Amino acid sequence: MSTDTRGLSTRTIHGTLSPDPATGAILTPIYQTTTYVQEAVGVHKGFTYSRAQNPSVSALENVLGSLEEAPTLCFSTGMAAITTLFLSILKQGDHAIISDVVYGGTVRLFRQVLEGVGVRVSFVDTSDAHAVATAIEPQTKVVFIETPANPTLKLTDIAAVAAVTRKAGVLLAVDNTFLTAALQPVFELGADISVLSTTKYIEGHNATVGGSLATKDEALLERFRLVRKTIGCIQSPLESWLTQRGLKTLSMRLERHTQNAQAVATWLENHPTVARVFYPGLRSFPQYELACRQHAAHGGMLSFEVTGGTPAALALMNSVKLCALAENLGAAETLITHPATMTHADIPPATRVQLGIPDGLIRLSVGLEDPADIIADLELALAKAEKIQAAVAVAS
Amino acid sequence: MKIDTKLVQTVGCPGDPHRAVCTPIYQTATFEQEGALEFSEYDYSRSGNPTRAVLEQQLAELEHGIRAFAFASGLAAITAVTRLLKPGDEILVIDDVYGGTCRLFSKILKQSQIGVRYVHGSSVEDFAREFSERTRLVHIETPTNPLLKIVDIAGLAKVAHEHGALLCVDNTMLSPYVQNPLVLGADIVIHSATKFLCGHSDVVAGAVVVRDEKLAEDLYLIQNGEGAVLGPFDSYLLLRGIKTLGIRMERQQTNAGQIASYLSQHPLVRRVYYPSLLDKKSFAIHARQARGNGAVVGFETGSLETSRQVAESLKLFPITVSFGGLQSSVSLPGRMSHASVPPQIAAQRQLPVDLVRLSIGIESADDLIADLAEALQTAEAVPELRASAG
Repeated sequence: MSTDTRGLSTRTIHGTLSPDPATGAILTPIYQTTTYVQEAVGVHKGFTYSRAQNPSVSALENVLGSLEEAPTLCFSTGMAAITTLFLSILKQGDHAIISDVVYGGTVRLFRQVLEGVGVRVSFVDTSDAHAVATAIEPQTKVVFIETPANPTLKLTDIAAVAAVTRKAGVLLAVDNTFLTAALQPVFELGADISVLSTTKYIEGHNATVGGSLATKDEALLERFRLVRKTIGCIQSPLESWLTQRGLKTLSMRLERHTQNAQAVATWLENHPTVARVFYPGLRSFPQYELACRQHAAHGGMLSFEVTGGTPAALALMNSVKLCALAENLGAAETLITHPATMTHADIPPATRVQLGIPDGLIRLSVGLEDPADIIADLELALAKAEKIQAAVAVAS
Repeated sequence: MKIDTKLVQTVGCPGDPHRAVCTPIYQTATFEQEGALEFSEYDYSRSGNPTRAVLEQQLAELEHGIRAFAFASGLAAITAVTRLLKPGDEILVIDDVYGGTCRLFSKILKQSQIGVRYVHGSSVEDFAREFSERTRLVHIETPTNPLLKIVDIAGLAKVAHEHGALLCVDNTMLSPYVQNPLVLGADIVIHSATKFLCGHSDVVAGAVVVRDEKLAEDLYLIQNGEGAVLGPFDSYLLLRGIKTLGIRMERQQTNAGQIASYLSQHPLVRRVYYPSLLDKKSFAIHARQARGNGAVVGFETGSLETSRQVAESLKLFPITVSFGGLQSSVSLPGRMSHASVPPQIAAQRQLPVDLVRLSIGIESADDLIADLAEALQTAEAVPELRASAG
């Protein structure tokens, strides 16, 4: 795919699509069909069966591909995309390296599914490129990183890890769900594969679940296509259409998410009940310099630690009104999550602390609301948390 | 709560046991009742549907009304309002009005013996002169479509009320994010929700919002009685579109402002229509009652042929009727959206035949301007080619 000089929002609206040839409809119709009539045996227009390909899915792939600047395939969920990725690359005896702080579903896929069929994995602190180089074995086929990581926001230097993987002849896959290609162009930084849970910022309205894989490696793309068709995890026509609809406002939404998150993070940083705030756009962020080098902007995800551990965190979580207590991220509505009891509850407490997920850590997916309203909601909830914290202090 | 927050924070659906963040699509015609003589809140989706109810609540709040009604199209919404009139009543309507409204008033309402009087100017005095004892409804757009004339909503509301008439404002051109006619004294607000409210060019829908309980009751009777309601799936898509109304409007207005000033400096462009470029008096009224200038920009080139060439040379602006979507588009209103205006009214309106209407989307303004520059250059070059060939 040649370099697209058009602005971001132009690309996410138009892709390289044309109006519907039959009617001129400005949008690609929802092709809710399983199959396609062939002109003669084996003579068709590229579509045979909707498990393999569907025009509504192709339309989404076209526009998402314009954003990624690489051919893209869409899947029924982010995990379906990740499963396809690993099944396409790894066979029995092969080895993968994965960031130690990574979405729990990716850990589960290895621990409970892939290890059972003889695939090995090492979880490595990929923020240290030397650690990645040391972990590479002769059987290592892929390094899979998530940056910023969920929920600590720890960054991996993509270019540094890409230098290591390229030298070793290993593929580098980046889960770019937190920022998307709009804010973090992973291919420019040296990645071979971009992975997205489109459920998050790409669709952006809490309305669909979906995933995608993009790569410029044609052979690998064909392999992804074959595996997707074989295991049957393509995105559905209606969900593809809804995702494409969400994608149209991506660049504007990310601008607002970033402005709001920066405002909320700055406010939290000055609050006495908040011990630490993790947001790549804060000067206090441990990898601020890397963040500025690697991100066009820092997105809408932040986490913060309240003093007073789980009781204080739960008091805050149960007091918020505007922020919804829910396990998604990247949507118009602000969502709040307590990793220790929700997304990362499976991890033993000692390991959690080691990974930088203390009991008082709260993850916030900052939405598109007026930032003053989000801050007002947190202010009231933090006051409740403060009372609990004081009570805990007295009791101990 | 500020409007940016209100746009995002719709409740999923009251009473939903799963508390889905997104409003569920209740794609059902009918609802099981408690018993033969005990009825639930909903019985039949024409009379009420939970998905539509969430949308109607959100529309009412955005327009600062007490109740809203969602219809199958903008014209279905306007039709419902005209049902408030009885034979012999009369409507005063600004003559620079959407072509479909004009067709409804001139060709359909006539059959019900409802009189229509078109007002050529846009000042309150122009309207005041036209009232009669039969006037029951005043229907305006401001800015108008497509010439962007401005009407003083508060001033006209006062005069209409003195004459015992209702003021209905079609707020489609600006959306509730930019202008709230009910707050300014209007009685009824109409939307073609197809435009900015939905914003994604994928739903045809209309809305009526009112601030008076009696009027709300009358309109509910009409909505349920005639049945031109919006379906559950379209209601859901509209709710989804509304979440980004604020950020879309901000970007579209910023882009439109840049494009209007670009066009106003282009030698091939004779005249540009955009609120900020209007005469001082009109713009002062507009600035007092609205929080932005919208995203519809018109311009004249001097000839229909040049306008046609410009429209056909544009690459990022598909030639389509409708406006307000996040994708830019172009039309020649005289031949498209306003072709349904009866010739006599068209003559009175003095709609320029070479008028090009742009609906500005959220693309990069640089790309849109580059596309316009190229199309204007192509159009400019053609007469020269002809001259040299001849």
